[in-house]
Order: sequence, then C-alpha cells, then structure tokens
Amino acid sequence: MISEEQVKQVAKLARLNLTDEEVKTFAGQFEEIFGYIEILDEIDTSDVKETSQVTGLENVTESDEAVRKCSGDDLLVCSPLPKERKQIRVKPAIKK
Amino acid sequence: MDLSELSIDRVHEGLKNKEFSCVELTKAHLEQAKAENEKFNFMVTITEEEALEQAEKVDTKIAKGEELGILEGVPYCLKDIFCTKGIKTTFSSNFTREFVPPYDATVVKKLKDEGCVLIGKTNMDEFACGASTEYSVHGPSKNPVNPEYVTGGSSGGSAAAVATNSCVFSLGTDTGGSIRQPASFCGIVGLKNTYGRVSRSGVNSMASSLDTIGPFARNCKDAAYVLSKIAGQDHNDSTTPPEEVPDYVGKIDGDVRGLKIGVPKEFFDDKVDAEVSSAVKDALKKLQDNGAELVDVDFPSIKYAIAVYYILCPAELSANLARFDGIRYGSNPETEGEGLVDYYFNARGEGFGQEIKRRIMIGTYVLSAGYYDAYYKKAQKVRTMIIEEVNRIFEKVDVMVGPTSPFPAFKIGTKSNDPLQMYLADALTVPINIAGVPSLNIPVGETKEDSLPIGMQIIGPQFSEDLILKVGRKYEGIVN
Repeated sequence: MISEEQVKQVAKLARLNLTDEEVKTFAGQFEEIFGYIEILDEIDTSDVKETSQVTGLENVTESDEAVRKCSGDDLLVCSPLPKERKQIRVKPAIKK
Repeated sequence: MDLSELSIDRVHEGLKNKEFSCVELTKAHLEQAKAENEKFNFMVTITEEEALEQAEKVDTKIAKGEELGILEGVPYCLKDIFCTKGIKTTFSSNFTREFVPPYDATVVKKLKDEGCVLIGKTNMDEFACGASTEYSVHGPSKNPVNPEYVTGGSSGGSAAAVATNSCVFSLGTDTGGSIRQPASFCGIVGLKNTYGRVSRSGVNSMASSLDTIGPFARNCKDAAYVLSKIAGQDHNDSTTPPEEVPDYVGKIDGDVRGLKIGVPKEFFDDKVDAEVSSAVKDALKKLQDNGAELVDVDFPSIKYAIAVYYILCPAELSANLARFDGIRYGSNPETEGEGLVDYYFNARGEGFGQEIKRRIMIGTYVLSAGYYDAYYKKAQKVRTMIIEEVNRIFEKVDVMVGPTSPFPAFKIGTKSNDPLQMYLADALTVPINIAGVPSLNIPVGETKEDSLPIGMQIIGPQFSEDLILKVGRKYEGIVN
C-alpha cells in the first residue's frame, strides 16, 4: 500500500512540486506498478551477482587532461538566470 | 524520378553522375518534411537554412570534380535528444523548450564530418520516456499510415520522418524499444545496437546502463551505411569498447543457408496479437525455405523483463535528471519562489511532464534508503539471470527472431492515461536492452483491416550487427 503521505515524502526527496491531484493519481498508479513489480519476489537470487555493465568493461581511465568542448561564455548562455561577472545569480541558499 | 524516395546508393550515384544537384535533393526532402509534418506532427525543428547551406557545399565539391563520401549530401533527421550546436534541442520537454546546446553530440559531429545534410529535429516522448510519442510538449506524433494511430515511441518522430520520405535516414535512441517499436509501427527498418557500440556523448541520458543509439532507414543496407559511420570507440563515452567496427556494408550480402534461427515460444504466446504472430511466422517460413534452420528455444525469464526494466530505468533516469535544476540550463519557472530550494521544486514541478514525474518518483523510491536492496539490487540480479539465459540460447543458435511489438500501432489516447499498459507495450523489446544485445526491426506485413505495419525483430549476440543486418537484407531480397 502506497499512501499519499509516502508519495509526498518521495516528491520531497526528488525536489518535485506536485499538485494535490498528482499526489492522488500517483498513489493509485504506484499501487498498480509496484504490485506488478512484485513478480520478482518469486525468484531466488541469493547466489546471483548483480549486473551494472553488460559488455564487461571495467575501470576505463583517461589521461588527466582537460578537454574543452566549449567556452565558459558558451555555457553561461544556456542558463535562464541573470549573470554577473561570469557567474550565474541564484536565489539565496540560506534564508535570512 | 521522385528525389525523396531514393536509397543511399542511388543518392550517391545520382549526385556523382549529376542526375540532380544536392540542393534539388535537399529541397525535395524539405518540401516533403514540411507538407507531411502538417498532417503527422513529427518534426520539432526544420533546419532549412543549415540544410541548404550544406547542400551548396556539396554541390560545389561536385562541380569541382572532387570525390564524394558515401553519406555526403544525404538528407537525414535527428531525434530531438541529440545535442546540435546552435540548433534548439528540446528533449520534447517544457523544461528545455528553449535549450540551444553549445556543442554537437559525437555522432552529430561524425555525420557532419561525413557531409550529411540535416533536415531537422524530430518529435519524441519527453526525455525518451514513452512508447507512443504522445508524452511530448509538442503534442503527439501521428502514424503516417493512419493519423488516428500512434507512431510508437519514444523515437516516433524519427520513424515517421523516414516513413514519409522526409529524409533518407534518421537517428533515434533505444533504451527499452524506442527505435524498434516505432520502426515496427511505421513499417520501416530500425536498428538497436549492442550497448556501447555507438557513442552516447552529447545525447541526453535516460537510463545509462541501457541507452543505445541507432539508425532508422527504409532498407537494411542504408542502416548498414549509417552504422559504419557512427559506430566505434569514443573517449567522451567510457562505455564504448575498443571493439573493431566491421565492414557492415561489405558483409551485408550473403546466404542464410545453415543459419540457425532460435524461435522462443514466449514471443508467440497468447498476449501477442494473432495477426502479428502469423505475419512473423510467415516471414520465418520464408527464411526457412531459403535454407535457414528454425530451432525452438525457451526464454522463460522474459516474463520478468518489464518488472526489472521498470526498476532499473526509473532509478537511472531519476539520477540522470537530478542535474536538471533549472540553473545551468533549462527554463526558469513562472513562480521562482523565495530561496534556492523553492526554485528547484518549482523549476522541476513546472518543467517536467506527468510521465517524467512518475518515473522520477518511482526511481527515487526504489533508490531510497531501505528499498535499494529490495528493488534496484534485486533487479540487477535478475538482469544477470536474463543475460545468462540469452547467452545460453546463443550457444545453440546464431540469431533469435520474434515479433517486435505484441500488437500493431494503437489508437492515440488509448494507453496514455494507463502507465502500466503503456509499459507492457515494450514487453518484447525490453528484454533485449536488458541483455545489451543488438536487434533489428524489419517490416514483414500489415494488418488486414487497417493496413497497419507489422514488424519482426532479428536479435543477435553482442556485436553481431553485421550478422543481423545480413539476415534482414536477405529477407528483403526474398520478398522484393
């Protein structure tokens, strides 16, 4: 059972504003989706290793050199926020 | 001669022999793209100016008698998930509706270096999450065969662009079926490559352990031409192995005599539409008549694939989309709020659509403390079991064949409010991404009533793109 409270808690962790209607809809849908996912409980995986990479590559390293694809100015243009002295002005992180 | 119907070989020959100019060829495709887009809504941006500029360059080369590369002057489209320097790249999201990337994705750079002509960027499900191209800030794309039906997704726009002859080929991404399923719904060729075969640098990440890139084309040889130019190791994507890139085009013609084709019974069970099953079985019969051997195989773990996928994919997506804070790129929200954290909540709440929010929520939940082992780790373990089963099958057979989708294209609006039903549309494509092996969709028929295309997938072991393209090519030769 996934409660609306749980949905709100997860949304908080994900930094996601949800409307009351979205909270309600998601609670119902997650019930169904997680109900479906329970099918995995029928498999015993105690002796199985997990896979995170399928072609077997491990620890791919590169030489420690900066490779620039674009300039700082090119990147600043992408921000929707005001810029000052080649920096992006954001909202205060600590409230007064 | 209709300039918008040509294969890559014919385009190359025609340009070389001055049967038509590259500007004429490009204009034919631009006109086609504009006219068809009015009906089917598959283009997000048409890059007319850039296309004509590039076409003129190619014409100058031809006039000077210089040698042309095989893809030089060939019109193509890109799913709007590939970063294109100076050209808007929206990921079909409200969040990035105005985003103009400062650099080209590796594959975009490669195709630019080849001299290809970009016709435009195509519609998709937001951040590549969906199976219908309905979850887009640009509105749903419509199937070129019948506009009441979906194109499939998430690369539906790229499929429709090729199906409507708006370009010769296009690129898409396939994380759980997003190339093969729309190719199947639109009746064209779509290739999902081995994980790591093609660089993903500069392509927005959805689920990093599953994402792949590949071409849509009207025939297998065209797909082989494109793959041969985009495959290979890239130092900007550490998941691309130093595996040699074979001569896909040189190896494409050949026989299927003695080829062992595995036919998993799970691909033909009662959840698969009877017309789809029978069209794929007919196609298999044709390959058998040409010397291939059909072998019954078991693929029982396929029934766990969707559950595994809908843990791994949202988990990885939620991590990848965590960097979308509305500060460095994206759009700022209408209500910015008081402090920095409010800003994040508002930017993400306003920017993301329903399906993205849903997946971020599922992903955040399965990765949260106390649930990680029960969900994410468990899914990674079942993934291992699926991979081992696929490997065992490929010890016995050369390729596996089955339907690409359990059903043909569905009507717009019939699944978009039921996420689980939408997820189950990927039931036959998702297992292949989980195993990380390549799979090629080719059209094998259509439904009686609405003439909707039916697709078949040819699946091979890792890095066997040359083999599955050869089988696809052989089938095309048998039926044409």
